[in-house]
Amino acid sequence: MTMRAPLVFVLACFGALAALPLLTGSYGVDLVTKIMVYAIFALSLELLVGAAGLVCFGQAAFFGIGAYAAVLLSPASEAAGLWWLLPVSIVAAALYALAVGALSLRTKGVYFIMVTLAFAQMAYYVVHDTPLGGGTDGIYLYVKPALGSLIDLDGALTLYFFTLASLAATFVFLAVLLRSRFGRALAGIRVNEQRMRATGFSTYPYKLAAFTLSGGIAGLAGFLFALKDGFVNPELMSWHLSGAVLIMIILGGIGHLRGALIGAFAFALLQEFFKSEAIFGAFAKHWHLGLGLAIIACVALLPRGLVGLPAQWRERLVGRSRSAAPQEALNEA
Amino acid sequence: MDLATFLIQCLNSLQYGLLLFLVASGLTLIFGIMGVINLAHGSFYMIGAYMAFALAPAVAATFGGGFFAVLVVGTVLAVLLGYLLEWAFFSFLYEREHLQQVLMTYGLILVFEELRSLAVGDDVHGVQPPDILAGTLPLGDVMTYPVYRLFVSGVCLLLALGMWFVFTRTRLGMMIRAGSTNREMVQSLGIDIKFLYRVVFAAGVAIAVLAGMVAAPVSSVYPGMGNTVLIICFVVVVIGGIGSIRGALLAALLIGVVDTFGKVFVPQAAGVLVYVLMALILLWKPDGLFKAA
Repeated sequence: MTMRAPLVFVLACFGALAALPLLTGSYGVDLVTKIMVYAIFALSLELLVGAAGLVCFGQAAFFGIGAYAAVLLSPASEAAGLWWLLPVSIVAAALYALAVGALSLRTKGVYFIMVTLAFAQMAYYVVHDTPLGGGTDGIYLYVKPALGSLIDLDGALTLYFFTLASLAATFVFLAVLLRSRFGRALAGIRVNEQRMRATGFSTYPYKLAAFTLSGGIAGLAGFLFALKDGFVNPELMSWHLSGAVLIMIILGGIGHLRGALIGAFAFALLQEFFKSEAIFGAFAKHWHLGLGLAIIACVALLPRGLVGLPAQWRERLVGRSRSAAPQEALNEA
Repeated sequence: MDLATFLIQCLNSLQYGLLLFLVASGLTLIFGIMGVINLAHGSFYMIGAYMAFALAPAVAATFGGGFFAVLVVGTVLAVLLGYLLEWAFFSFLYEREHLQQVLMTYGLILVFEELRSLAVGDDVHGVQPPDILAGTLPLGDVMTYPVYRLFVSGVCLLLALGMWFVFTRTRLGMMIRAGSTNREMVQSLGIDIKFLYRVVFAAGVAIAVLAGMVAAPVSSVYPGMGNTVLIICFVVVVIGGIGSIRGALLAALLIGVVDTFGKVFVPQAAGVLVYVLMALILLWKPDGLFKAA
C-alpha cells in the first residue's frame, strides 16, 4: 500500500516539529510553542467551519475561558494537579460552548456569525469589567501545574513537547472523528441540511455536539496559552483573536485539517517575517502593510488556500484537461 | 434625570444612531445587492475622518474654502476610490465564497491602516467644526447643546432621505433593486450590471467616507476607529435584516438609544448592552427585524 501525499506531509510536519528543539534556541522553541497553540485553536474552528459549515466568530471566548480557568483555579502558591486542571478547563470552555451553541444554532449564515460574536463579547465584558477576571490588567499564574514529578510544565522544553503531543492528539482525534458516522453526518449537514433532515437525521444535536466539541478544543488551546505565558488578560477573548483564527484557517484552506495547521504556521510566520527588523529595517514597524498585501495576494492567486497549492501546480503541469479528476475528499486530512 | 438632560441624551442618541445608519447603509447595500462581505467598510469611515483632518490645509490652500469645501473634495475623492477599489479588488470576488471575501477585505483593512499610519502618523487629532456651526443652543436654564451635533443629524437625515428617493423613485434605484433579486435577468434586459455594481460600491464608499468626515469634529480622529465602527455596523445590519435599508435605519436608532442611555444608567455594562440587544433580537427573529425583499 502506498502512502498518500497528505498523510506523508502531515507525518513529516510532526517529525520536523519533534526535531525542532535540537536545531533552534529558546526563542524558536517559544515561538513554535505559541504557533502550535494557535494550530490547536485553528483546528477547533476548522471542525466548525470546514466540517460542519458553521462560521463561528466568537471562538476566542472558548479560548479565553480555557485560559482563565487554568489561572483562576490554580492554587496561589503550589502547583495544581494537571490531571484535574486540564479536564476542568476544557469542560468549562465546552459548557459555555454548549450554552452558546444551544441558542445561536437557531440562526443561520451571517446571523449565526454575529450571534456567536455577541456571546463572545459578553464573555469579554465579564472578564474586562467585573472583578472576577482582574479587569484589563489580567492575572498572573505564578506556579504552573504539574503531574506529580513526571511532568512539570514550568520548563520551556517540557511545555513544548506537551503542546506538540496535544496538537498531535487533537489532529488524530479530529481525523478519526471526521471519518466516523458523526463526521459524515456533519459533512452532509454542510452540503445540504434540508436533505439530511429528509433522510431522517435530526441535525440540531449533531451541530450542537460539534459546537461543544469545538469549544472544548479551543479551551485546550487557551489552557496551553495561559501556561506558556503565565498570564491572561481580556484580549484573549477579544473579537480580534476570533478574527485572526478565522483568517488562519481561510489562509490555509478550508475543508482540510492540515489546512488549519498550514494556516496557523503561515499566518504566524508571515507576521514574524514582516516584523523582522533584520530584513525590513525601520520599515518593520509597518509590518501590517506587508501582511495585508501578502493576504491579498493569497486570495488573488490561491482560491483554494495554501493547501490547494500542489493541486494548482499539478493542473498547470498536466494541463487543465486532466484536472477534472475528483476533488480531494474532505476527510483526506 | 431632569428634562433638559433627558432631551440632550435623546439628541445625542439620535445623532449617534443616524451616523451609524450612514455607515451601515453602505455595508448593507454592498452585502445585500452585491453579496460581498466587506470588512474594509469601517476603514472607509476612518479614511473619511482622517481626510477631514489632513485635507483641510491642502484644500484651504487650493480652493480657499473651509470645512464644507473639504466635504465636497473628500466625497469626490471617495467616489473615485470606491470606483477604483471595485475595479481592482472586488470585481473578481463576486463568484468566490464569502470566506474568501472575508480574507481579502481583512487584508485591505491592514493595508489601509498602515497606509494611514505612513501618511498621517499614529497620533490622535481633533478637528474643529466650522465657525458658523461652532456655537451652542441653550436648553433649559443651564444646559446647552452644540449646534454642530444638530448639523450632523441634519446631514444624516438628508442623506437618508436622498437614498430613499433614489431607491424607490428613480430608474437607477429600480435597476439596483432588480439587480439584487436576479442578476442574470437584469443583464439580459440590456443593463450593464457591472457598471451598476461599481456605482453602488462607489456610493457606499462615498457615504461611509462622508460619515467619517462629518463625525470627525464630534468624535476626534484616532487609529483603529474604523474597526470599532465596523463591528457596531455589522450589529446594525444584522439586527435590521441584511439588505434592508429601512431595517438598518431602525436598528441604528435603536442602538443609538441603547448605547447612549446605557452609558448614563449602567456605565459599567454599557459596552455589552448592544450585544445583549443583538442576541435577544436574533433569538426572537433569526432573520433580523426586516427581512430584505
